[in-house]
Amino acid sequence: MIKLSRRDFVAAAAAGLAAPLLMSGPARAATAAKVVVIGGGFGGASIARYLRRNSPDLSVTLVERDKQFTTCPFSNGVIGGLWSIADVTFTYDGIAAAGVTVVHDTATTIDADKKTVALAGGTVLDYDYLVVSPGIQFVWDSIEGYSAEAAEIMPHAWQAGPQTTLLRNQLEAMDDGGLVVIGVPAVPFRCPPGPYERATLIANYLTQSKPKSKIMILDANESFAKQPLFEEAWKNLYPGMVEWIPGSQSGIVMSVDTSTMTVSTSFDDYQPAVANIIPAQRAGQIAIDAGLDAGQGFCAINPATFESTVHKGIYVLGDATIAGAMPKSGFSANNQAKACGAAILADIAGTEFTPAKLINVCYSFAKADYAFEVVDVFEVAGDTINLVFDDNRFTPEGASDEVHQSEAKYAHSWYENITAEMFG
Amino acid sequence: MRIALIALIFMAPLSLGALPASAQETSPGGQLAQACTSCHGLQGRSLGAVPSLAGRPAADLVALLKTFRDAPNEATIMNRITRGYTDDEIAALAAYFSAMSPTP
Repeated sequence: MIKLSRRDFVAAAAAGLAAPLLMSGPARAATAAKVVVIGGGFGGASIARYLRRNSPDLSVTLVERDKQFTTCPFSNGVIGGLWSIADVTFTYDGIAAAGVTVVHDTATTIDADKKTVALAGGTVLDYDYLVVSPGIQFVWDSIEGYSAEAAEIMPHAWQAGPQTTLLRNQLEAMDDGGLVVIGVPAVPFRCPPGPYERATLIANYLTQSKPKSKIMILDANESFAKQPLFEEAWKNLYPGMVEWIPGSQSGIVMSVDTSTMTVSTSFDDYQPAVANIIPAQRAGQIAIDAGLDAGQGFCAINPATFESTVHKGIYVLGDATIAGAMPKSGFSANNQAKACGAAILADIAGTEFTPAKLINVCYSFAKADYAFEVVDVFEVAGDTINLVFDDNRFTPEGASDEVHQSEAKYAHSWYENITAEMFG
Repeated sequence: MRIALIALIFMAPLSLGALPASAQETSPGGQLAQACTSCHGLQGRSLGAVPSLAGRPAADLVALLKTFRDAPNEATIMNRITRGYTDDEIAALAAYFSAMSPTP
């Protein structure tokens, strides 16, 4: 049997051969296909736009709790005072204008057999394809004494928005000479270079405004992303201000006490003026409730299509996934979304899907006109996703001011382009 | 309303259908290019300092990408990225971006 692909059907329509009553078989299925996307972050926003762009008759519903989205990328610049929270906050108007049905509600139950999603507001959505892109949630009890309430005093600022503003306000209110502690959980966590970029941009602010202050990174890990580049920036730009303490040297934050502003590791107690405590993370609750993580905390996926290995017809994107060498980043989620979107459209059309290489680029700022980057190119390899090359992925150490300045300009341009793709 | 809906359903695919197959985001070159557009802008039309790729001659793009990959002469992210791509992939990317309009 010859399968009629969407393109063939469109060609037939263009040739004037098609009338609405001809819309049967695969073409009809394509027209009627319903995609529901849970979560309007980098993964969810990107795939909703991708699907509408490439299949304008597809029904795409985006379920998102919040009316606006503050990006974690570039939010460290808000904390460091380089730009404002408004500069990194977007509405869903552009997504709605692109023909996506945007529902501001919380998905509470996925029924993978009936192919329905129940929302907290009582609505039940049925789907042919479900994309789950819920981001992360915090494992509060990974640190004794830490909780959502404690985060109002010792912010994590690891989901951008009010927490970002809170941490910025605390830094602005702090006296000169204060200690800022940043607690970093063991990997895997969202945005691996993020805590160190944050320390660097806080150092930039404190050097200008409160130069007697100190920053201490209490790290559960023994090494970190772009370590030589961050250490180079600390040494050259902010000498003596940033101290990094790895897990083996009592760097693991074990407990906090917000009533005494105490942060404790296995051997030491600190009483910082500002405590930025980032707890351990796992996939958003809807993914856990649907069993998509199979008890692992993050969700295994088919590395080509991002379809869940647990439930057929459900796809998982972004920070919630276990995606081989791909880090938990907005860039990764955006690239995964477009691969997944192509796979879903191929499935609808009944055509074969062949994965293409994906990229992750991550810029980190050290100050307004100084940035550096890591780039990864990925390919599907068996049941996982591997780096195409492992060496020379970073801005070189000892790069000129000119290089760091152009990297900062490219970082801004990346941000403008990727957010326009999602929210523009 | 119904007529408008039918018109919508048919008009949008028609405009997509006007592009060659290699210019679709779902084509092999278009699929590869989705990794590039995260920085270079949708369909290769960049809003900032990252150069636009849309509508540039395919031969120029191929030559540029191969120079980045094979004869790097300054520190730039493109020297690093292009190491991940074969000649065939570079050709497919160049074909996709050259088919894009420089204006929306």
